[in-house]
Amino acid sequence: MDPEESLCANTWARSCSSSTPRNEIQTNISPDPSSFANFSMLHNQQKWENPPVSGYGIRTEPSFQEFNQPSGTQSALPCSTHNQIKIPDRENCQVNETLLTKKLQEWDPRVMLNNLSFLEEKIHQLQELVQLLVSRRGQVLGRSDELAAQQQQLITADLTSIIVQLISTAGSLLPNVKNTLTTATPSVGQLGQLNGVAFPSGGVLNNDSKMQNNGGNKVSDQSNQIDLTGSCGTEQNYNMEEHESKDEDDMEEGENLPPGSYEILQLEKEEILAPHTHFCTICGKGFKRDANLRMHMRGHGDEYKTPAALAKPNKESSSEAMLIKRYSCPFAGCKRNKDHKKFQPLKTILCVKNHYKRTHCDKSYICSRCNTKKFSVIADLKTHEKHCGKDKWLCSCGTTFSRKDKLFGHIALFQGHTPAIPSDETKGLAGPPDREDREATYNVGSINFNFGSNPTSVNGAQNIVDVKGNVDDPSSYFSPLNFDTCNFGGFHEFPRSPFEDSDTSFAFLSPGSFNYTRKTGGESNYNNLE
Amino acid sequence: MKKQKGSQTFGPFDVLSEDLVFTILDLLNLNPLDKKSFSLVCKAFYAIEAKHRKTLKPLRSEHLPTVLKRYPFVNHLDLSLCPRVTDDSLNVIANACKSTLCGIDLSRSKSFSGTGLLSLAINCNNLVELDLSNATELKDTAIASVAQAKNLESLRLGRCKLITDMGIGCIAVGCRKLRLISLKWCVGVSDLGVDLIAIKCKEIRSLDLSYLPITEKCLPSILKLQYLEDLVLEGCFGIDDDSLGILKHGCKTLKKLDVSGCQNITHTGLSLLTSESGCLQQLTLSHGCPVTLSLADSLNKLSMLQSIILDGCLVTSAGLKAIGNRCMSLRELSLSKCLGVTDEGLSSLVSKQKDLRKLDITCCRKITDVSISNITNLCTSLTSLRMESCILVHRKSFVLIGQRCHSLEELDLTDNEIGNEGLKFISRCSKLSSLKIGICMNVTDMGLSHVGMSCSKLVELDLYRCTGVTDLGISAIACGCPGLTMINMAYCTDITNDSLISLSKCLKLNTLEIRGCPLVTSLGLAAIAMGCKLLRWLDIKKCHNIDDTGMISLAKYSQNLRQINLSYSSVTDVGLLSLASISCLQILTILHLKGLTPRGLATALLACGGLIKVKMHASFRALLPERLFKHLEARGCVFQWRDKMFQAELDPKCWKLQLEDMVQ
Repeated sequence: MDPEESLCANTWARSCSSSTPRNEIQTNISPDPSSFANFSMLHNQQKWENPPVSGYGIRTEPSFQEFNQPSGTQSALPCSTHNQIKIPDRENCQVNETLLTKKLQEWDPRVMLNNLSFLEEKIHQLQELVQLLVSRRGQVLGRSDELAAQQQQLITADLTSIIVQLISTAGSLLPNVKNTLTTATPSVGQLGQLNGVAFPSGGVLNNDSKMQNNGGNKVSDQSNQIDLTGSCGTEQNYNMEEHESKDEDDMEEGENLPPGSYEILQLEKEEILAPHTHFCTICGKGFKRDANLRMHMRGHGDEYKTPAALAKPNKESSSEAMLIKRYSCPFAGCKRNKDHKKFQPLKTILCVKNHYKRTHCDKSYICSRCNTKKFSVIADLKTHEKHCGKDKWLCSCGTTFSRKDKLFGHIALFQGHTPAIPSDETKGLAGPPDREDREATYNVGSINFNFGSNPTSVNGAQNIVDVKGNVDDPSSYFSPLNFDTCNFGGFHEFPRSPFEDSDTSFAFLSPGSFNYTRKTGGESNYNNLE
Repeated sequence: MKKQKGSQTFGPFDVLSEDLVFTILDLLNLNPLDKKSFSLVCKAFYAIEAKHRKTLKPLRSEHLPTVLKRYPFVNHLDLSLCPRVTDDSLNVIANACKSTLCGIDLSRSKSFSGTGLLSLAINCNNLVELDLSNATELKDTAIASVAQAKNLESLRLGRCKLITDMGIGCIAVGCRKLRLISLKWCVGVSDLGVDLIAIKCKEIRSLDLSYLPITEKCLPSILKLQYLEDLVLEGCFGIDDDSLGILKHGCKTLKKLDVSGCQNITHTGLSLLTSESGCLQQLTLSHGCPVTLSLADSLNKLSMLQSIILDGCLVTSAGLKAIGNRCMSLRELSLSKCLGVTDEGLSSLVSKQKDLRKLDITCCRKITDVSISNITNLCTSLTSLRMESCILVHRKSFVLIGQRCHSLEELDLTDNEIGNEGLKFISRCSKLSSLKIGICMNVTDMGLSHVGMSCSKLVELDLYRCTGVTDLGISAIACGCPGLTMINMAYCTDITNDSLISLSKCLKLNTLEIRGCPLVTSLGLAAIAMGCKLLRWLDIKKCHNIDDTGMISLAKYSQNLRQINLSYSSVTDVGLLSLASISCLQILTILHLKGLTPRGLATALLACGGLIKVKMHASFRALLPERLFKHLEARGCVFQWRDKMFQAELDPKCWKLQLEDMVQ
């Protein structure tokens, strides 16, 4: 567990689990805006005025940065973004929209234009409403929390519908996105844009309604927005994973690169098993990922805070280096070892890591539920644990199935096997829907899931757990290896799927575990950056 | 037997061998009470009757232990008269019958579970036939225990709503010898279960999948069944033309196919299904797609087709004509309630199908004398003609029917214009066993006397609302038709006790409806009770003059009475209580009985041990303690509460007008 991660988790846990919302409000509202107009303000101003084409990833970054801020600015945390975002929001929205229209015209311009103008109108309406609220702020202050809550709910509802509309508009593009995914990062970026839109408009709401009621609410709102990012991120990944082949081996075989057309790298065993791959040159602290290291570096001085320092290193070199990199497993005799006759290279470092752990390491993680299944990759364990015990379709031979049709196929095939009926029959009635159905609705589901306005932080947390469930289902359905192949638009320097990360972050997070989705969102944004 | 031979004086039965006595007993099956009296003659008779009996239909499950002890060779047990059969009862049966038991019917019973079924399945290893229909509370675990009955050949699970694929999967694996399985209304069963049944049970002859949520996925394996003869897919909305399209060939052995109510199957699907079904004999397409030319074309290859049921379909003349041309030799055609049946279509059909035996043109309101003339002219071997409510058919047509169709056994002329003249000719059909002339206002005693004189084989007679009929007509029937088992004289307002007294000579009468006959009194009913010992169903609703004395005589003589409707009669507590001595009595309707008090009702209900259904006024619900109802329900009785107002009787003419209004 990264200390850094735990830190921001703490931040979140503290801000959302605060049992006295009143206090929260005090801390949120009372500080002078200038007091926290430190670097984050700077950054925000800068980023927001950036042209959206390159800025969409960064647009969400303020929130990201904010989470990673030292604890000193924690109290002001939720407000800082909002204040910053308030002004640029509208133009950003518009810019985004125009950009979107440009992009979308290729597909179905008229419908898209209709949708967008409808959205624009709605946003204007909402803006007016919020302005009205602002002008009556004094009165509102005097009133009961209930009224304020109502207002906020009203706005949240409006906002939610706008977001849904926007996402569904973008969602109609998804197949196209998928098609162009390997080469066209910009289209992925479009989804990132959505995040950008979702964030600041949420911020406007929170800011303008002045947080008349509790801070918990605010946090949950944010969490909602973060969910958006998360889901968009997963959406992207999902599409990519669909695009690429389903299994690691298949992928490798499907790739069929002629030998010599790629550069073979072989990491040593210690290197593969090392918990950290990125180390701070100043203090020596290790990080799992480059981005975290860069965030960490900011603490070592202002020179690390420049956009150049924070930007992803050797972007040019990676794009220039035309020779494709492939990896070899250090284990002699392994098919993935370069000396093997039928050598099949591994695509990314993550592939190497997972392959090595799965194939050549002890399976040290044991499922706590069934105490039989063992895994060497913790993500595999987590995936298994989600479904352990859920395989309710049982055959008399003891084999369990997660799907009824699989059980019946098994019984049809073998003589003497018979369905075993669980003694508790009620379970049979409340079975999970068939996986095919879930898959079919997956795209829709993952988008819509988290838009319901959740006024309480508990719900927010619930939401996230749900998202996780959603995210994990397909992974188990195909193979855990799927995510190894996540390419993020040809970017290999950062070969880490958001899902792997989710395991570590999820492990230490209790109800207020916004960390997971935030990370996912952040991840996708990083990718957009490249 | 042999011991007694030595000790006792020789009687005529002592010289007969056991087999011969068995043969005599075989013939003694008209009245169940006859065998009872036989067995009560002497110990020897008692023993021989006990040995002889193979099937048992007990009234009370409580007595099963003693009954089964007495009859050791019973191989078929019909428990449909026992509303409450517990696991203990099933245990008793299983342990008493062991491997002699071949069949058991639990279709009307409740309160048993998987435990009882398991003991049945394990102990009775020759169990071949099991009827579990209506076991709506049975779950998969119970069905899994049924799967232990390895030799099961016939299994009926109609309306077992809680059963899922898992239970059916167990059956499929366990009962490999199944030949017949009915899953009608087992809505929890889907493609997977049905598919597995078809894969594992290769012997299946008859498969009823009505109203199951199945799709095309299970069809390939069903149609691969080598011996499948009878397939019922009634109301399977998930099956459509596209799903039938995946089938390369139909089932070659299929004889009966029922796709009624499958609205998504049209002629295209049907032609796929029947493309190779050369030996299909009966096709039911009721309430399905319109009967058009193309549908008829899809029947082209079915050279063996004998019976087409098209009830409730939209029919075109071209379609009917084509059916007439395509099908080789139809024996049965049902067009009941079909819209669009015209003289043209029907006439062209019957002109090609001269072998037609059964024709149903109920409610084909467009057909006229032309059709009837053609039908009678060409289809002279008709045995069954149902033409209820063919309102455009005139009197002279009925004369034609009588003149030409001498083979008629069943004739339904309800709501037609037939008069005495017509009946006179129809009475020439000497084989007539069922005649329905309800709502034929023109029929009087004259007509009936012709029927009574000529149709000695008449078994069923429906005179519902034949207001012209009086005692004379009925007595002619009673004299001429000794085999009568069912007569309906509802709302024949002129009949009196004399009718009933003459009917009491019909010893086989088991169903009597005299609803709304105000002149009938208890005296007439007593005559019936004494004469017709087999009486099972009795409707004396709105017979205001029937009172407790009628009930007392029923209680004394009609020990086979199973169902009675007493509403609006003058029966009181006493009469109802006396009915309680009829041990078979199961269904009771007692609405608007003025003389009935809550106390009397409660006593009567408690005394009638075999009741399974009681229909009464909702007001009694509040007047009687809840615990009483709970107790009765636990015994297996169902209550139906009615809250209808007291209805005065309408004038017959007025009623007819009202009916016509409703029709139009």
